[in-house]
Amino acid sequence: MVIIQICVGSSCHLKGSEDIIELLKNEIDARGLENEVTLAGSFCAGKCNREGVTITVDDEVYTGVTRESFSEFFRKAVLEKSGK
Amino acid sequence: MTMDNKRVFDTKVQYLKYKVLREVARSAWNGTLLEDLLDIPMRIVPGKTPTMRCCVYKERAILAERVKIAMGGSRDSQNVIEVIDIACDECPAAGYEVTDSCRGCLAHRCEDVCPRGAISFDHDHTAHIDKSKCVECGRCSKVCPYSAITNRVRPCQNACKIKAISINEEGAAAIDKDKCISCGACVYQCPFGAITDKSYILDVIDLIRKSRSGKDYKLYAAVAPSISSQFTYAGLGQVVKGLKVLGFHTVVEAALGADLVACTESRELVEKGFLTSSCCPAFVAYIKSAFPELEEHISHDLSPMAAIAKYIKDSEPNAKVVFIGPCTAKKTEVMKKEVRPYVDAALTFEELQALFDSRDIDLTGLEDDVLDNASYFGRIFARSGGLSDAVSEALKEQGIDDFELSACACSGIEECRTALMKKKRGVLSENFIEGMACTGGCIGGAGCLTHGEKNKAQVDAYGRQALEKTISDAVSVLKLL
Repeated sequence: MVIIQICVGSSCHLKGSEDIIELLKNEIDARGLENEVTLAGSFCAGKCNREGVTITVDDEVYTGVTRESFSEFFRKAVLEKSGK
Repeated sequence: MTMDNKRVFDTKVQYLKYKVLREVARSAWNGTLLEDLLDIPMRIVPGKTPTMRCCVYKERAILAERVKIAMGGSRDSQNVIEVIDIACDECPAAGYEVTDSCRGCLAHRCEDVCPRGAISFDHDHTAHIDKSKCVECGRCSKVCPYSAITNRVRPCQNACKIKAISINEEGAAAIDKDKCISCGACVYQCPFGAITDKSYILDVIDLIRKSRSGKDYKLYAAVAPSISSQFTYAGLGQVVKGLKVLGFHTVVEAALGADLVACTESRELVEKGFLTSSCCPAFVAYIKSAFPELEEHISHDLSPMAAIAKYIKDSEPNAKVVFIGPCTAKKTEVMKKEVRPYVDAALTFEELQALFDSRDIDLTGLEDDVLDNASYFGRIFARSGGLSDAVSEALKEQGIDDFELSACACSGIEECRTALMKKKRGVLSENFIEGMACTGGCIGGAGCLTHGEKNKAQVDAYGRQALEKTISDAVSVLKLL
């Protein structure tokens, strides 16, 4: 089970954490990963960035995730990790 | 930055209280509070020339009491609001009196208007009030063309509309703790600063210290939306940055808790058909003590403060939460057993200013940070009428259209009393009472730095800046937590 924690604190919220949550949900749905991935939120990962959203996958922190960079993030951080 | 030059506070009483809090906090950070205890009054009032009282010794004796209250006050009393007996000036409290401005006229409007025949005239035709007959209605004072009849009421008793303040045998103010709702109206109104709210600033310093910059636990600041009308000499983004410099992990809007409350409270209202709000702890305390028969109508919701703190702790069980707001009654609320697990301490804006300055944090020199969790509707909870607007919006957003909200928004405890009285008698036409103990809502809170005309407009403007325009959008992120 992979735990994906999306930062919804002020800084990430303003940089689009809700868009990223939506993208994540869609991707999980499309690939049928509901039983392998848990989505969670946090109020601040303490890694506020100039751009994009901070996402913690298990213990690894990814910063600056945007709509544009989402696919790459998902491939690297989620798919490869869960061995898909 | 010297705070002396800044008009940060409304009154000099607040400024004095601030200086005590700042010095206590400074010593606490230095770890020298015990050694400094006896020196703090001397630091604030040096020299031999009194500026406030009869002599510097009395000034320092009162300051010693203020230091004690800044450190948490009397352990014997649970009441957050305390009287400093030796600071009470024992103001005149005779009620309506004829002054020597009385010209001894012919008209005698005062006599004609008095419903109790309490006014008579002596040999030089000047009026007298027979106190055994007078019911303090004030009509004589209103009709006198010379304004010769004054009403001598103690400012504290005048401020306390629920009549929890009496005068003790020594002539000092005394608070009936069974009636007191900790709203702090008397604290703000006493011109001698003789009534004050206990501070838990030392607990907050301890929480900051022990978090060890987030290594041991993350410390969250949940700030009330009324902050938008405070610290006006700096930007809100700088206040947020200042909190992080102080040692908070991050800052979250209590207004997001308000968004959440708007959702649940609107559903509870539909289910029960009649409800009184539970956001304002002073209003809730007032219902419980003065209208116990209406207690069943109080919303079962947590307050926005407790709701957001619960969410923070649900997502991070190790976290600690400090609420920062305009309210003295929140200090009582955090002691309640249903709130204690979520909120670790409550601080006022006054105390936050002292905390910033105890660390020499100059907000104006800081870069801007951001604060955005809540919607417009969560944010306007800070002013009277905002909660009702939010409940109405929440009903709409949830598609509940077979229920007509009719809200009675009460600004100040007197309006609350009127509405509750009507409800008790079964003549209240509205189905929802929004009760705010402070006039104007939370922006009128006793722990505010300033209480200005513009504050409501500032809250509304801050509301409009929210990224999320609807309550459902704002609370959607919480479903993840």
